[in-house]
Amino acid sequence: MTTAASTATRAEVCAVACAEAWRGDGEILAAPMGVVPGIGARLARLTFSPDLLLTNGEALLLSDPLDPQSVEGWLPYAKHLQMVAGGKRHVMMGASQIDRYGNQNISCIGDWARPKRQLLGSRGAPANTLNNPTSYWVPKHSARVFVERVDMVSGVGYDRAAEAGPSATRFHGLRRVVTDLAVLDFATPDHRMRLVSVHPGVSVAEVRERTGFAPDLPEGPDAVPYTREPTPEELRLIRDVLDPRRVREREVPA
Amino acid sequence: MAHDKTLTPDQFAARIESGMTLGIGGWGARRKPMALVRALLRTDVKDLTVVSPGGPDVGLLAAAGRVRKLIAPFVTLDSVPLEPHFRTARQGGAIEFEEWDEAMFLWGLTAAANRLPFMPIRAGLGSDVMTTNPRLRTVTSPYEDGEELLAAPALRFDAALVHMNRADRRGNAQCLGPDPYFDGLLSEAADRTYVSCEQLVDRFEGPPQSLVVQRQNVAGVVQAPNGAHFTSCVPDYERDEAFQRAYVKAAAEPEEWQAFERRFLSGDEDAYQRAVDTFREENQ
Repeated sequence: MTTAASTATRAEVCAVACAEAWRGDGEILAAPMGVVPGIGARLARLTFSPDLLLTNGEALLLSDPLDPQSVEGWLPYAKHLQMVAGGKRHVMMGASQIDRYGNQNISCIGDWARPKRQLLGSRGAPANTLNNPTSYWVPKHSARVFVERVDMVSGVGYDRAAEAGPSATRFHGLRRVVTDLAVLDFATPDHRMRLVSVHPGVSVAEVRERTGFAPDLPEGPDAVPYTREPTPEELRLIRDVLDPRRVREREVPA
Repeated sequence: MAHDKTLTPDQFAARIESGMTLGIGGWGARRKPMALVRALLRTDVKDLTVVSPGGPDVGLLAAAGRVRKLIAPFVTLDSVPLEPHFRTARQGGAIEFEEWDEAMFLWGLTAAANRLPFMPIRAGLGSDVMTTNPRLRTVTSPYEDGEELLAAPALRFDAALVHMNRADRRGNAQCLGPDPYFDGLLSEAADRTYVSCEQLVDRFEGPPQSLVVQRQNVAGVVQAPNGAHFTSCVPDYERDEAFQRAYVKAAAEPEEWQAFERRFLSGDEDAYQRAVDTFREENQ
């Protein structure tokens, strides 16, 4: 491999895989949580999804994601939560735990009544997952994150939404899970998590080993493709424009 | 002469009683009414039910054993994701906890401000926010859609505490930063609201939309410069990250925490601010 793209770091491949989550989303808010999803959302906005809305990370919408002074709108938390309910938003959240149906936990580890490890609390995850498209970002793919059963359901997965009834499923949709190893989605008949691609340099066996349940795999030994490499222009944007200080490598080491 | 509602921090604290439900404004480690919280720590008020988009307000009150029950969608220090005292309190079983979703929280406040028992919302359904909180109920739409939604119960309080950039003596108050958070609603959902502010003014400057708290809801106004410290209060000041790091570090060890309390929390608000000045000089 001699193309420029072959020199992309893992973090850069992840940023593009995150950006791909917002492809085709049109004129909605891209709401990334985390450094690499933040680079991905702005990359999507600057390339293949030019109509996306983006905030400055707080209450201001920016018409130019590179210019903090280019305010095009006001989105304080109260309005932001109404936007969630209106559905014109695609969020990419973190997950301290996630299961095969996409139930996500950011609340605590252990028994909720008296947790071993208290985390943030469920924040907006219960409403996010019921109202607008949701993706997840896991910077360190491991069997401690990808578990058979999450300790607390903050973000609602496909099975729990179905059990809760039509009001829960009406606008529910989990799009993709991007990790430092792979891209997964839920495009199976019963919405079990499926391995979509592994990042260049990662084997399917490694993903399976570091996943606490068996993700659906396509048939055949070579059936899982590699995650696409950044284009030279995407690499330029990531390196020179969006993240010249390489903050991305704190989330995904080179 | 119009009614002058100004109070000192300690006069405010004397009006809060044990067992009350308090709504605390701000968001995470942003624009928290910390001078009012510190004033409460100088009283013997306890058994509080605290309703808050939580930050170090929750942490300090929990560390001092003042919280019986917390209603919150999160507790965070923003630049430090996890609040150390909240974690200790939860992991030690020291506080009762109702974990709400953020949108539920907004609509619970909206219900209270409108004197309604609940607001219907598409949130919580299917999540463990429902299973861990037995008081939550659903409601079925009476219209042809027949949807079953969560009935987010009204979040009313005995008192709301908010910190604003500017206020007048009657209790009108102004947020000059980009996000008023839920502070306006909090003031409407409370029997009485206490406002602390960076600066008392006779006339407000800036857009009228920034006047988010109105005097008919306000029982007391406390002038407290740097009163959100160590949380942010833009545009007056940013979060004091160095101090927040010291807070987090001290919270990790009981002995260090006692030393932190002695140094910063053993005197009145003026003493606190002087100790913060000294801390800044030492850390330059």
